[in-house]
Amino acid sequence: MTTVLPHINNLLHPVTEGIAVNAGGLLEKSAWLIPVVPMLLAFAIVFFGKRSPLRGWGMAVFSMGFVALFGTVLFAVNLLGDGLTYEGAVHLVDIGTQHLGGHVGQAFALEWGWMVDGLSIMMYFVVGVVGLAVFIYARGYMDGDIRYTWFFASFTLFGGGMLVLVSAPNLIQLIVGWELVGVSSYLLIGHYWEEHENSSAAIKAFLVNKVADVGLFVGAIIIAMSVGSFRFTDIMTVIAEDAGGTSTLSKFAFWAGLALFIGAMGKSAQFPLHVWLPDAMAGPTPVSALMHAATMVTAGVYLIGRMFPLYMAEVFAGDVRTIIVVVGGLTLFLTGLVALVQDDIKRVLAYSTLSQLGYMTAAMGAGAYTAGLFHLFTHAFFKALLFLGAGSVIHAVHSNNMSDMGGLRKNMPRTFYSFVIGSAALAGVPLLAGFFSKDEILAAISYDAGHQGAGAATFVLVLGIAGAFVTALYMSRTVYLTFYGKYKGHGRPHESPSLMTVPLIGLAAGSVLAGYLNVPGITDWFRRSVGPRFLTVTEHHAESFDLPILLLSMLFVVGGLVAGYILWFRDAETQQARDGFAIPVLYPLLKRKYYIDNFYWAGIVRPVRGPVARGVDWVNGHVIDLVVNGAGWVSMQLGRAVYWFDQRGLDGAINASATMAGGSGGLLRLLQTGKVQQYATLIFAGIVLLVAGFIIF
Amino acid sequence: MTVTQFLILGAALFCMGIYGVLTRRNAVLVLLSVELMLAAVNINLVAFDIFLPASGDITGAGQVFSLFVIAVAAAEVGIGLAIVLLIFRNRRSANVDELDTLKL
Repeated sequence: MTTVLPHINNLLHPVTEGIAVNAGGLLEKSAWLIPVVPMLLAFAIVFFGKRSPLRGWGMAVFSMGFVALFGTVLFAVNLLGDGLTYEGAVHLVDIGTQHLGGHVGQAFALEWGWMVDGLSIMMYFVVGVVGLAVFIYARGYMDGDIRYTWFFASFTLFGGGMLVLVSAPNLIQLIVGWELVGVSSYLLIGHYWEEHENSSAAIKAFLVNKVADVGLFVGAIIIAMSVGSFRFTDIMTVIAEDAGGTSTLSKFAFWAGLALFIGAMGKSAQFPLHVWLPDAMAGPTPVSALMHAATMVTAGVYLIGRMFPLYMAEVFAGDVRTIIVVVGGLTLFLTGLVALVQDDIKRVLAYSTLSQLGYMTAAMGAGAYTAGLFHLFTHAFFKALLFLGAGSVIHAVHSNNMSDMGGLRKNMPRTFYSFVIGSAALAGVPLLAGFFSKDEILAAISYDAGHQGAGAATFVLVLGIAGAFVTALYMSRTVYLTFYGKYKGHGRPHESPSLMTVPLIGLAAGSVLAGYLNVPGITDWFRRSVGPRFLTVTEHHAESFDLPILLLSMLFVVGGLVAGYILWFRDAETQQARDGFAIPVLYPLLKRKYYIDNFYWAGIVRPVRGPVARGVDWVNGHVIDLVVNGAGWVSMQLGRAVYWFDQRGLDGAINASATMAGGSGGLLRLLQTGKVQQYATLIFAGIVLLVAGFIIF
Repeated sequence: MTVTQFLILGAALFCMGIYGVLTRRNAVLVLLSVELMLAAVNINLVAFDIFLPASGDITGAGQVFSLFVIAVAAAEVGIGLAIVLLIFRNRRSANVDELDTLKL
């Protein structure tokens, strides 16, 4: 391997012009394998999976194990040394001609490449490690599924698509990865497509994402047209060199930034484009775990992180940050409230993901690059853990509803303890991962509120602290309803096989330890690891530590836990009031998810679907039927003509030739009498004629 | 004596032979008539050999040739009579008209 790789690497020429690229060791130069291996294996599973010994699971786990190993090595090397920055690319083709920017008349280069910098390395690590845990777990969960191999093919494609996305050094490859993730999520959400609800959920996820993707495309086009390149490094160079706002990009940067953020809102499920994510629970639980932890929903935050200098520069899209922070704030609070009234355990977790994505987005909007990505990092561990724990419970009780669970802590001790660790980490209980990352976000928002952010950031800070209370409340509710009280389901639930619980324990360890990578004032490993970029990211407040905010949010977390205890644990044995509280106006509003789905249904789907359906019906009835009938009439006439020709023309000719053959045969038969003397007479006559012919002529 | 008289004799013999071949019903007589035709040809060969100037050193070629014809004719009559005899044995008849099995 080490002898062959350098040769292959040499074939893939790194693009060097205009980019400050490190020479790059074997590690960085070989990083192209990270997206390529899962993508190739995904197709290999499609073709050979069914016949392979582990029916595709082996190849799937191998691909993720490879990425996890490579990602961990990169992460460690990046952390211990000066940091890695390397970009390799293969030039594919030139398209179009530039009319704006610095290179008028030149063509746009389409490239496929790979990025090795702090941000990508962090994502390689998260996707690989969390993906590996989920892939191992999925074997136990999907055991006996009718489309087992197909599931792992799509699942590997899902991970591979995300890696294509995060390894992208240009906007085009990012869009390719973005769409790969979109299409494989569609396949996976609709995995149990026999039920109409599930395939509808898949279509919903796909369509909502598509709507948002238009934003991404528009943003990418604006940026590429005004910069003259799809490369992130070129875009960042323009932003870094133009402090006065004289470049072409700066004129359109607000709209470009906004359009890109709309794209991010779709993938990262920000309010009001979040509606697809709870429905995406229709997919198998490992899919939800991977989708919510490492792939798919992190893509939007990643995109903002990748384009971060664009949003930080005041002469560029600095104004968009206000929108980002408010959208993030609204998402984190509103969706957190909805999690309080869900009965489906996976939906609780889905809404909590939405809420946490709101935190990340708000952090990005507040200019806290490290804090937002750190929350993405820690969240990946505990959210994967929670989903896999929920999957383990669902596997045991054969129901998604918490009203069928209860009292499971004795039956499923390993699942219980790991789930509690995940819940505590998510709720922000001190010294666990979520505590550090969430607190850094709040501190950063608070800092922003005191500086540029002003009113909007203050508003979001209030929402963020209230959100900490809500998070603690719904997570304690989930734990009490699932693991305490009396069991209300059927049969005897039992602990899941170790194939499923070992990943849980591994992720639980991650959920405890991940936070210590970036303790404000003590460790800065995470900040240093996401730091290496081609251009330094200017963030507002990297070393986030804010004691009043810390104490306030801790107070709210403890308040949430106490309230959860009072509402759901005290009468856990009787379990009379399932939801413990019922505020007249708020409760129905939450139960119906703010009527957003109804609004989309009545406001968009129905008005669009009705006329479209009628139009299609009219076209079908009038245009297509006309064409079809016309074609039928023409073919009927043609058939008649052919029939006539066949009967009269062809059959006539054939009959005539038969008659002629018969007639001539009959005539010839007269000659053949069998009488030797007659033959002799004819021969003699023939000779006489020949001789006469000779003599005359 | 000119060659013409011999040729007329040969032609007459040949015509008699043809007539016999085409009209006789008895297979033996048909064979006999074939012999007449061969005899006519032999007369021609010998006559030309005598009356036409020899070409080159070769003399008497026509007469030798007629000897060959006589020998071959003897063989042919031998076979022909054998066939006729067999037919007669099988069919109790040597009538050529009845021998129409060639007509399938």
